[in-house]
Amino acid sequence: MSSPAGVIHDIGYQRYEGERLGRGDVFLALYAASLRTAFGLGRSFKAKIFPWIIVGVVAIVGIVIMAIRAQTGEVVIKYAELPEVLGTLMVLFVAIAAPELVSRDLHSGVLPLYFSRPLRPADYALAKLSALVTAIVLVWGGAQVLVFIGAAFSVKGFGNVMNELADAGLGVVYTALYAVVFGSIAILVASLLKRRAVAAAAIVGSFLITGPIVAMFYILPSETAHQLAQLFNPASLVGGVGDWLFEPSSSNEELGIGPFGPLYALVALGLIALCVTLLIARYRKVSKS
Amino acid sequence: MTLGHTLSRVTLIATESLTKTYGGRVTALSDLTVSVEPGIIGLVGANGAGKSTLIKILLGLLPPTSGRVHVLGLDPTVDPMGVRARVGYMPEHDSLPPDLSAAELVTHLGRMSGLPKTTARERASEALRHVGLYEERYRQVGGYSTGMKQRVKLAQALVHDPDLLLLDEPTNGLDPAGRDAMLALVQRIGTEFGISVVVCSHLLGEVERICDHLIAIDGGKLLRSDNVSAMTTSTDVLVVEVSEGSEELEQRLLEMRLPVTRDGHALLVPLEDDLTYDRILTAVADLDLPLHRLDQRRHRVAELFADREAAHV
Repeated sequence: MSSPAGVIHDIGYQRYEGERLGRGDVFLALYAASLRTAFGLGRSFKAKIFPWIIVGVVAIVGIVIMAIRAQTGEVVIKYAELPEVLGTLMVLFVAIAAPELVSRDLHSGVLPLYFSRPLRPADYALAKLSALVTAIVLVWGGAQVLVFIGAAFSVKGFGNVMNELADAGLGVVYTALYAVVFGSIAILVASLLKRRAVAAAAIVGSFLITGPIVAMFYILPSETAHQLAQLFNPASLVGGVGDWLFEPSSSNEELGIGPFGPLYALVALGLIALCVTLLIARYRKVSKS
Repeated sequence: MTLGHTLSRVTLIATESLTKTYGGRVTALSDLTVSVEPGIIGLVGANGAGKSTLIKILLGLLPPTSGRVHVLGLDPTVDPMGVRARVGYMPEHDSLPPDLSAAELVTHLGRMSGLPKTTARERASEALRHVGLYEERYRQVGGYSTGMKQRVKLAQALVHDPDLLLLDEPTNGLDPAGRDAMLALVQRIGTEFGISVVVCSHLLGEVERICDHLIAIDGGKLLRSDNVSAMTTSTDVLVVEVSEGSEELEQRLLEMRLPVTRDGHALLVPLEDDLTYDRILTAVADLDLPLHRLDQRRHRVAELFADREAAHV
């Protein structure tokens, strides 16, 4: 029954009777593809430049702190301070990655091809958001892991290493809070704008524009106003939550948050919930147009 | 008792008094009742007649204002995911990211339809081969011609092996040769692949050649829904298209006592015998006009609709 070599047989159209994956697997496939997109993987060289410059800078900072820690044992920056110190870079990262993840799909008009499939608009939105959050945690949490490696070589005794590990772990959790707040704002803003450059500018703008409000509250002659000031900017908001979590007895009372720690946490959670709700509503609407 | 139970099992699409209004003012679909069996179905109507709205309702993307609808025996208002798993959709407008290759894009969309990774890659290659894009599939879509992009859009609708394809203006932006190739491909899918197809078009003459069933809508209302075989061909016409000088040619053909009529850019001449071909070609050659197209078309279907459509224009 062997066919002669060199003959190409057109076997015609084949129907597919095999396995079809469910909602969870489709979500994971979109999430994994989006995580690659956030770093420009599988894309042109141009799409890789900016994310990898930021990854490079964060990695260098992490390596320097790790080296100092390993050589001298000195704590230059605490784990929880790292995402705050590198916060500007995080704003830049989401301003580059979020438009790449969602504005690009709006611009090319590919969304009807997604939403004519058994993929819920909310699943699309959440897969994109999860991918961005994961990307941030990988980069900034990665730097924290580097610092931990340096620390593990400098501290003596198993107990101390375990203490370091606990600190580093909390630091990564704190990074994740940054990632969720920054990511949900950035994805929401980008989902409203088709052009990637415009979306990037709008994301940076949404982080900058609230800066003066914080400054204004600091001018007011009231300590309570000072303590509430940081609520009005996403970066300082998460910073406030950090102060509450990691520095309950802050010596620097002047710029502190006073007794409002739980309020900061509540506002941060409320902001995340609001952004995610609006994001899902946005894609429900897009799927119908 | 649902609509699906009252109809036979072979019903592909059934609607009953389907109505869609936007904000209570704009009526996109009005009291539309149709029932079609598997095969190739032409959905014909002018731009804005409600074709795209109907497709979105069939996909479960838009809820109808009133009335009932069934696709493949499923109700898209109740089980939109079930419908979408078995339907392939090719949108009218540009919908391809330019910086991906056709193979990557179709593979990714196959996975979005629930195909496992390896299967998605294999079926994407196969789907692209079936639409005639095998060699070029690793090139970026941004560099493709309009015809190639239309084929990629068709391939992504096929990748997950649907039971029904919804094609919204698949010949949009194509030249006459490209249009013929696309229609031949659609016909092959409907006959050889065993997949039912709904082809939307604002050009009746185009889809009537390949369809088993025609649905014509205008202003959201049903004009006519019938099997093409029921609208039997009586005489054939020749369609003549020239890039320029249609008026001159029309004048010349009338002088030659050929009863020519106009249909947009094209001229229609009843085919009496083989000599008709020669006489038209001679006229075109005499006038030195660039001939775009000269082919045969069934005649009566167009006429059946023309009278009704004219009343609405």
